Amino acid sequence: MRTIEISVGAFVLAGILCLVFLAFRVSGVGVGDTSGGSYLLNAKFNDVAGLRVRSKVSLAGVTIGRVAKIGVDSETAEAIVTMQVSQEVANLPVDTGARIQTEGFLGGRYISLIPGGEETVLHNGDTITNTQGALGLEGLIDTFISKMGSK
Amino acid sequence: MLRYLRLLGQWALGWIGALGRASTVGFQSLAGLPRRGDMTLLLKQVYQIGVLSLIIIVLSAFSIGAVLALQGYTQLARVGAEESVGLGVALVLLRELGPVVTGLLFAGRAGSAVTAEIGLMKATDQLSSMEMMGVDPLHRIVAPRLWAGIICMPLLTAIFNSVAIGGSAIVGVDWLGVDAGGFWGGMQDGVQRWEDIGKGMIKSGVFGVVISWIAVFQGYDSTPTAEGISVATTKTVVYSSVAVLALDFILTLVMYGDFN
Repeated sequence: MRTIEISVGAFVLAGILCLVFLAFRVSGVGVGDTSGGSYLLNAKFNDVAGLRVRSKVSLAGVTIGRVAKIGVDSETAEAIVTMQVSQEVANLPVDTGARIQTEGFLGGRYISLIPGGEETVLHNGDTITNTQGALGLEGLIDTFISKMGSK
Repeated sequence: MLRYLRLLGQWALGWIGALGRASTVGFQSLAGLPRRGDMTLLLKQVYQIGVLSLIIIVLSAFSIGAVLALQGYTQLARVGAEESVGLGVALVLLRELGPVVTGLLFAGRAGSAVTAEIGLMKATDQLSSMEMMGVDPLHRIVAPRLWAGIICMPLLTAIFNSVAIGGSAIVGVDWLGVDAGGFWGGMQDGVQRWEDIGKGMIKSGVFGVVISWIAVFQGYDSTPTAEGISVATTKTVVYSSVAVLALDFILTLVMYGDFN
């Protein structure tokens, strides 16, 4: 009976240790989760092609949040992207810019935030207006071809 | 024609009846356990069902992790993205393969044993003698096995996932020379705690309930003969495997269904 107790205890302990391993070694360090607290920011883009819910939001190349929702503003025909940003970077200036970029050459889309210089900061639910939408490979090739053709 | 219709009706009625009996057995046992003095019974079953399943779980997990890393590497290295091996393996394991393979192994290793044990108890009239002595077999025999299965499945899945990821790291990083920073970093960047790990654990919990329920019911409801026990054991493995695979699809659809 005693060996059974000990081995069951060891089994449960091993299971819990494995869960801890999964939670801290395999998964990310709290970014994109609401563990350390987060706030929401909106941004309006003319084109969000390729961006998805749970895409990265980065500042200076560091992931600071995730895309929470993508909707459309029917009046201006623009896309509204709601971002969940970690509370650790709660001091973004109001003139912060947002730009949709591509990871690597063919990688996924993410939003890169470019901080501005204003004193006042963005709060939960504020909207970023200084944006630049997705500039795809196709768009670049189109521009290139039309420029070549006009010469 | 009428004969076939009657057979169909009988078959359907048999199924519905079995479902009704299964619900009663499951419900009564689940409700009946948390009493004082039951911990020894539960402990023994966790040992039988969980601890003794560890060897097959660890061995299979290691092989599956190693194979995933090997296959993933050969494909991804062609486009120079071999560092995403870690992320790919981790996501596949945490979301799908971990809970499903653990469930299938669990059904084969522990579910069949539970069915055979309870079936034999029934065939040798142990269950009816217990009833005669005023001991409820649902409470003393069925409930600890049901609860032990529900407790063990998530733990076994966590162990399976960890060992498999460890195996893939050994093959990927140590043998094939994927950069360790890229391997683990990519994994940490892409795996989300609730979205991937939490939901995978929910899956394994659901599988634990379903497999243990099927196993105890098939044993409890078996025909008390040698042939009846063999039929019941087979049914346990077949039904649990099908249920795990079908439920996995439904759960994936429900939990990750917002494909946009």
